[in-house]
Amino acid sequence: MTSGIRRTGIEKTMKVVLLISALASVLIVVLIFLFTMKEAMPAFREIGVWKLLSGTTWRPGNGEFGILAMIAGSGLVTLGAVVIGVPLALCTAVFLSEIAPEWIVRIVRPSIELLAGIPSVVYGLFGMVVIVPLIRTIPAPGNAGYGLLSASIVLAVMVLPTIANISEFAIRSVPRGYREGSLALGATKWETISRVMIPAARPGIISAVVLGLGRALGETIAMIMVIGNSVVLPTAITGNPLSIFLSRARTLTGNIAVEISYATGVHESALFATGVVLFVLIMLVNSSARFLLNKGAH
Amino acid sequence: MNKRSRTQIAAFGMFWLAGIVAVLIMAFVVGYIMVKGLPGITPEFFTTSPRGGLSGDGGIYSTIVTTFYMIVVTLAFAAPLGVGAAIYLSEYSGNTDKRIIRKLVSIARFGVETLSGVPSIIFGLFGYALFVTAMHFGFSILSASLAGACLIIPVIIRTTEEALKSVPAGYREGSLALGANRWETTWKVVLPAAFRGISTGILLSAGRIVSETAIFFVTLGGSYRVPHSLMSGGRSMALHVYYLAMETRAFDKAMSTAAVLVALIVVMNLTINVITSKIATKQG
Repeated sequence: MTSGIRRTGIEKTMKVVLLISALASVLIVVLIFLFTMKEAMPAFREIGVWKLLSGTTWRPGNGEFGILAMIAGSGLVTLGAVVIGVPLALCTAVFLSEIAPEWIVRIVRPSIELLAGIPSVVYGLFGMVVIVPLIRTIPAPGNAGYGLLSASIVLAVMVLPTIANISEFAIRSVPRGYREGSLALGATKWETISRVMIPAARPGIISAVVLGLGRALGETIAMIMVIGNSVVLPTAITGNPLSIFLSRARTLTGNIAVEISYATGVHESALFATGVVLFVLIMLVNSSARFLLNKGAH
Repeated sequence: MNKRSRTQIAAFGMFWLAGIVAVLIMAFVVGYIMVKGLPGITPEFFTTSPRGGLSGDGGIYSTIVTTFYMIVVTLAFAAPLGVGAAIYLSEYSGNTDKRIIRKLVSIARFGVETLSGVPSIIFGLFGYALFVTAMHFGFSILSASLAGACLIIPVIIRTTEEALKSVPAGYREGSLALGANRWETTWKVVLPAAFRGISTGILLSAGRIVSETAIFFVTLGGSYRVPHSLMSGGRSMALHVYYLAMETRAFDKAMSTAAVLVALIVVMNLTINVITSKIATKQG
């Protein structure tokens, strides 16, 4: 009998312990939000939310804290990465799910897994020694190689695995009957892929891209290493508007990482405010991806 | 040849090209790091500590020790919590009619999903504010591990849940029918059966800790001395690459350290693939 009571006791205790571990994640999320918010409050109060978001100068020494340049930097580098990386990622996803023979899949998929596993500091280093010198050869006044274009190229490679994997999964999840029906009606394989499979997988593919966007906005170390880190609102440096990508910039993530270790007072608080902006931005992006995924599932 | 099949050939050509380009990018990045990094790797590179200085003298001994500490301490925090959470979500959450429990489970799932999307610099910022400053742990292995644990908990939960789900329902039913309760069934039947799957998740998380830089950049301090306790600061291999490249500009040493990192990640990936394919053949 005693052993029976003991057994039930263990069962009940474990149930509670496990439930608490399951709730730990949500507790951490809440703690992160509250803590970052609390530390950011002085900045929001003293500088003002609007002035912080719309200010174009960041000079902690002068008490000027505007993060618009960093918002623009993060936005532009993400845009660049999407433009370069998404077509490649989506074509790779279609290739893996619909076209590649099994033995090719067994080469390509582990390669993409390895790309996902390479540390971001290694991508940063690769960017510094390979991509930056390459971009430096573009003739334009003041082009030092470090800037949005180099950062976009590095970031495009870094988000490739995320986008390719999730899109491949989305395309593979399309019921077999769709493909068979289309082929039976006399459509070619390409017509089946472009007019049946991809449209059916569209919500999954879009959420893959959006999740990639979230990853891109959050990348820190590789960005610090190749983007130049100057706090300037990126502008075109020649007559060609695309030359805006040759401009140096700083991301929201980089702003936090570069300055947090020596910042004090309002300056430190403004960095936490940068964190809040980043956190909110990424939550918006990720929850819209989740919304799209759920919509696709029903 | 008609227009339809010509279009198909053009389109398929594009997809083949994409697949080939993806492999080439991987081969180029890994190959470049290896070719530039391997010449600098000697036995002394592993056995001497960095000596600082402008040329980045010395090897990477202390950074290997710190990386090892980081893996062990972070997993000590994150693995029990992550595996526990996954057990609850997979084994306990299904068979209940209580509305409050269902509500809690959906909140827990929301938490895991949200946490997995939080960028690492935010964990760093949080760790800096809470562990380094407010709790006075300073720049230390302890602070960095606690912040790092937040990063890998969702990874452990996701992989463990998958491993638990792949255990056939008959195992549980058999155990429960013999009179074992839910915990006994989980502990003695389900967990051993899911062991390989869970261990790949743990290995994957260890890889994340090896690769992580942003969190440790703001919580670990960056000292290149050999750490002697949980309260010592330190410098992981990934962080060492950053300092070598950005501060000392010692690109040769940075390349060699990066080559060691990449080799480590390759070995980890291969191990995970071998374990996973063994699971597949066992079940197939």
